[in-house]
Amino acid sequence: MATLEGVAPVRATSGRRGRDLRKLLLHLVLLAAGLAMVFPFVWMLLTSFKALPQLLDEPLSFLPNPWTIDNYVQAWTSVPFGQAYLNSAYICLLSVAGTLVTASMAGYAFARIEFRGAKVLFVVFLATQMIPKQVTLIPFYLLMTKFGWVDSHLSLIVPAMLVNPFAVFLMRQFVLTLPRELEEAARVDGCGRWRMFWRIVLPNLRPGLAALAIIVALDVWNNFLFPLVLLNTPDLFTVPLLLTSFRGQFGTINYGLVMAASAIATIPMLIAFVIGQRKIIDSLATSGLGGR
Amino acid sequence: MTPRLAPVAPATRRPAAWRRRDRRWGWVFVGPQVIGMLLFILGPFLASLVLAFASWDGLTELKWVGWANFADQLGDELLLRSIVNTLLIAVITVPIGLGLSLLIAVALQNLRTRSLYLVLFFAPVVTSTVAVAMIWQQLFRSDGVLSSVIASTLHIDPPDWLGDPHLALISVCIVTIWMSVGLNTVIFLAGLQGVSPSVLEAAQLDGAGPWSLLTRIRMPLISPIIFFSTIVAFISSLQTFDTVFVLTSDAGPDNATRTIVYHIYDLGFGRFEFGPSSAASVILLMLTLVITGLQFTAQKRFVHYESD
Repeated sequence: MATLEGVAPVRATSGRRGRDLRKLLLHLVLLAAGLAMVFPFVWMLLTSFKALPQLLDEPLSFLPNPWTIDNYVQAWTSVPFGQAYLNSAYICLLSVAGTLVTASMAGYAFARIEFRGAKVLFVVFLATQMIPKQVTLIPFYLLMTKFGWVDSHLSLIVPAMLVNPFAVFLMRQFVLTLPRELEEAARVDGCGRWRMFWRIVLPNLRPGLAALAIIVALDVWNNFLFPLVLLNTPDLFTVPLLLTSFRGQFGTINYGLVMAASAIATIPMLIAFVIGQRKIIDSLATSGLGGR
Repeated sequence: MTPRLAPVAPATRRPAAWRRRDRRWGWVFVGPQVIGMLLFILGPFLASLVLAFASWDGLTELKWVGWANFADQLGDELLLRSIVNTLLIAVITVPIGLGLSLLIAVALQNLRTRSLYLVLFFAPVVTSTVAVAMIWQQLFRSDGVLSSVIASTLHIDPPDWLGDPHLALISVCIVTIWMSVGLNTVIFLAGLQGVSPSVLEAAQLDGAGPWSLLTRIRMPLISPIIFFSTIVAFISSLQTFDTVFVLTSDAGPDNATRTIVYHIYDLGFGRFEFGPSSAASVILLMLTLVITGLQFTAQKRFVHYESD
């Protein structure tokens, strides 16, 4: 007995020490991996403050010497970045607002209202998610030409507001989680469908709406192929589209300039991400799980 | 008098008038999305199927050519190369990307500091692909930081990542994985939360090591989520465009990183050959459907759904 009692604590400590060591090792590996993940951003920032001679002579030097903001001045003044931010912001805002309204209406109908054709229609909505957007690119472009919406933000905003099968599916899932009693109580009080949706359902959908807003905003903000095809005037460009004007046009040698432009395009978004990280990560996980 | 029954009764026996009105309200509520769907997805989609059998540049008269576009496209070395490249990107990035995400998720699962790490892993996910590609284009320069480090540590010539055809495709894969690892990590973490600790403890008592805990317990338990993520990742890598448009500057060098969507874009908006471009997009659709179908067939063997 005595020996056993004597042995046990020793084992426990060595086990704990082993676990601590393993944990330390795990943290080191994760930290290294995490730093590797953000290295491109760090290098972008460092490079953007370097002058051309340093970039050419010592590509491996870490800190800028001397620090210069010339790259930022040149990037900001050579293309209309401010305008692009305004464009992206209001395209995003309108697209998100429209999607929230139309998708939650449709999601509510599919979850709660019995109407003829509902089942078939819902299957159609699910099925269209299988169609890659790129497959519709050319007829969509031709349609926009017919509407006179080529080189206009309408070609990006109106379709985004009116159709998003995934958003409909997601909102239906969120409506299904609401207790039916809420609506039943309102109905007994003589509340119609329209008022019920706006007064009872929508306010209770707030967490789902916030998640959807984040998902759609990121999607719209980062959209590239459609703006590329539909917009021609630089003053109408979105941020990612405008950024591509640094793809070669200004000579590929001064990559400090390219990094400054990339920083202008990414840093505000990264700051927004760090501020809203929890909500953003959760929302995208929800969407990645297909609304489960 | 029977408060328990009160909320149930109206739900089961709805007044006829309410039901009649619902028939109309249903369509009012889905109306905007249905109009959008017909106008901006289904319409263009059907038009794409039709255009695939025509020859048209948008200006001159449209001519019907039957299956000629498909025959031309399937015999076109450029499309075949695009398909091979796209499949290569998918086959390389999906298993490596998801595998890394799973390992990171398991490593992070029980850490109190995990949200700190998550921010690092997730930053690329919220950055636009164009910006990501612009940044990596500079990292991959032959006189850039990566090549210089490799050259000075291994004492070899600095690799020309974006100039060498094979390395260029690998570069696209590296960037694709880097961009998506954070999102899949978060999704897997959410799934792992549902694995009950008692199951893991029981397996540990039976002598399961970390590796068999991962492959025998955790992976089967979250296999529906792994399956879903695989499909999503596969479909999205079949649609690779932004990366090759920017990173390898128009799918270079010499079309070594040309993907199907780049091919569609190039035919449609580089050469205004709407017919062949539509044919190529129909081929993309078929490929997507076939691969997804195959994955759904394969899931029967590997995916375990808990019986409810």
